[in-house]
Amino acid sequence: MRYLLRRLAFYLVAAWVAVTANFFIPRAVPGNAVQAIMSKFPGQLTPAAEQAIEAMLGVGKEGSLWHQYTTYLSNLVRFNFGVSVSQFPTPVSTVLGAALPYTLTLVGVATIIAFFLGTGLGVLAGWRAGGWLDRSLPSLMFVQAIPYFFLALLVVEVFAVTLGWFPAAGGFDGQNYSPGWNGGFISSVLDHAILPALTIVVTSVAGWMLQMRNVMVTTVGEDYVIAAQAKGLSDRRIIVTYAARNALLPQLQGFGLALGFVVSGALVMEIVFSYPGIGLLLVNAVQGTDYPLMQAIFLVITFAVLIANLIIDLILVLFDPRVRAREAN
Amino acid sequence: MKALASLWGRLPGTARAGVVLLGLFVLAAIIGPQVIPYDPNAVTPLTLKPPSAAHLLGTTQTGQDVLSQLLVGIRLTLELGLYVGVLATALSVLVGVTAAFLGGVWDDFLSLLCNVFLVIPALPLLIVMLGYFPQKGQLPSILVLSILGWAWGARVVRAQALTIRNRDFVAASRETGERGWRIILFEIIPNIVSLIAASFVNTVLYAIGASVALAFIGVADVSSWSLGTILYWSQSANSLQLGAWWWFVPPGLAVALIGTGLVLLNTGIDELSNPRLRDARSSTKIAGSRIWPTDPTPVLGMPKLTTRGRLATLVHSFSRSSLLDAPGGEF
Repeated sequence: MRYLLRRLAFYLVAAWVAVTANFFIPRAVPGNAVQAIMSKFPGQLTPAAEQAIEAMLGVGKEGSLWHQYTTYLSNLVRFNFGVSVSQFPTPVSTVLGAALPYTLTLVGVATIIAFFLGTGLGVLAGWRAGGWLDRSLPSLMFVQAIPYFFLALLVVEVFAVTLGWFPAAGGFDGQNYSPGWNGGFISSVLDHAILPALTIVVTSVAGWMLQMRNVMVTTVGEDYVIAAQAKGLSDRRIIVTYAARNALLPQLQGFGLALGFVVSGALVMEIVFSYPGIGLLLVNAVQGTDYPLMQAIFLVITFAVLIANLIIDLILVLFDPRVRAREAN
Repeated sequence: MKALASLWGRLPGTARAGVVLLGLFVLAAIIGPQVIPYDPNAVTPLTLKPPSAAHLLGTTQTGQDVLSQLLVGIRLTLELGLYVGVLATALSVLVGVTAAFLGGVWDDFLSLLCNVFLVIPALPLLIVMLGYFPQKGQLPSILVLSILGWAWGARVVRAQALTIRNRDFVAASRETGERGWRIILFEIIPNIVSLIAASFVNTVLYAIGASVALAFIGVADVSSWSLGTILYWSQSANSLQLGAWWWFVPPGLAVALIGTGLVLLNTGIDELSNPRLRDARSSTKIAGSRIWPTDPTPVLGMPKLTTRGRLATLVHSFSRSSLLDAPGGEF
């Protein structure tokens, strides 16, 4: 319990840093970039909306910095991110709510598939280091070094434009279906998600594989694995219950840390597929100088990554007796 | 020169491939901008021409020469990677060594800072920060990438510096009354040089990847030619739909190759410093089976003499019992 509480405290600190950075960045930047938004819509903003933007960005002069900060925090707690400028006058939280499910399912499912696939392949490569799978790693590194979005461009060109197997853009077929829990819409969403998901899996699998392979190579050299071999246990049993089981723990820890990178890459990729998720929203917000939306997206992504990390910590406590032992002391 | 040659001899094959690959790009970055055939900004009426003798990599939608843009772009992208690599690595060494050396509350605080920076996803924060900066040249990108790129290196450096701090030779120099900064500079840092090198390579990789992605989505300064901005313009001109592969394939390939070179170099450094990873590759082929130094001595059975199909051999090669194969019924 103490271990978990410590981790929880850490994530709270991280969240606080993100929230505070979000508050100070627009105030630290010189120039009138922020005032520009206000002048973009003279007389169009309701007083309440104007106040929300002011609190979010610190445009208004009234109140001390501390007062602004507390107002900003209390707005955040109530999910009041202000009003989107580019999709005026929709509140930012509504815009976010429409995009979030797409990203969560697409990026979440694809990342989990890539993790398990890459870890499995890494186990095999590390078990027989120098074998054919292991020697194919340099070419996989090349695949991994290709920028996500570039591979996405090629994939769209080949599979969507030339071959026409999959739709080239969008999250669902808006002409024939409307969002809702009906079969047509869901199958349309799945159809649109296959290519982006495939691209995420292909580009990130090599990273997981390489990491797992390196841990696995070290684990295979351990005495307990050799002892297991000397006992004459089957390969399968040695791999699964002796080597991979232990090698998996650092891999899981790495999963939490790498998550930020993976999610970032996936966000950029959404742009290529015009997938109606958070990534596309973020870029549109930047291009439309929609600062309230931009900031809210950053916070949402950060919190998602923090929560995922917390879940991984919980899993680690469950799987790793060493963590539990440390906790008992 | 001799020292360099012997280092080259000890490098694993992967690292050598990485060095050669990167060397080519560095060479292109140094002499490229001097020998470019055209001004990369020059607009000509020859729009969207496929590669020809006059334009080796064809032209863009506004008739600009892709090869010239590419050479200038490689220069700019590598420069950015180098600057961010140096700045961020310097920061991570500073933070990591300070935390390890001071210990106590300082260590706790700096480690916490490090972990916070690690767990907050960098790219959205980069986008938000660059969204506010006025877009003039590469400087904002370099600064922001450095500020967000030091944490991983600092963590690794700190862990290693901690173990060195407790070694006898450091205790000895402390007993002789050496000053703190002298111990750090002359006792600790020389022992983590390989680690710093690896962290530098990693940081450059991150910087190039992130800057290309940022430029591609248009939050960097898109008026200068970097690999990312070439991709940005080619994407916004729908070069893909127009079938102008010569416009977007070369810059993408360049980024991928630079990245591969860096990753190869890094695994090479890893293998150089971790004997287990090195041993793992040094298998020898005896009577058709690969034998690894980490394998238990085969005491039973004999080398496999049976013939297997290709697929069966592949599957079998994963099995450790491939070494202990008793000749089966088909023998």
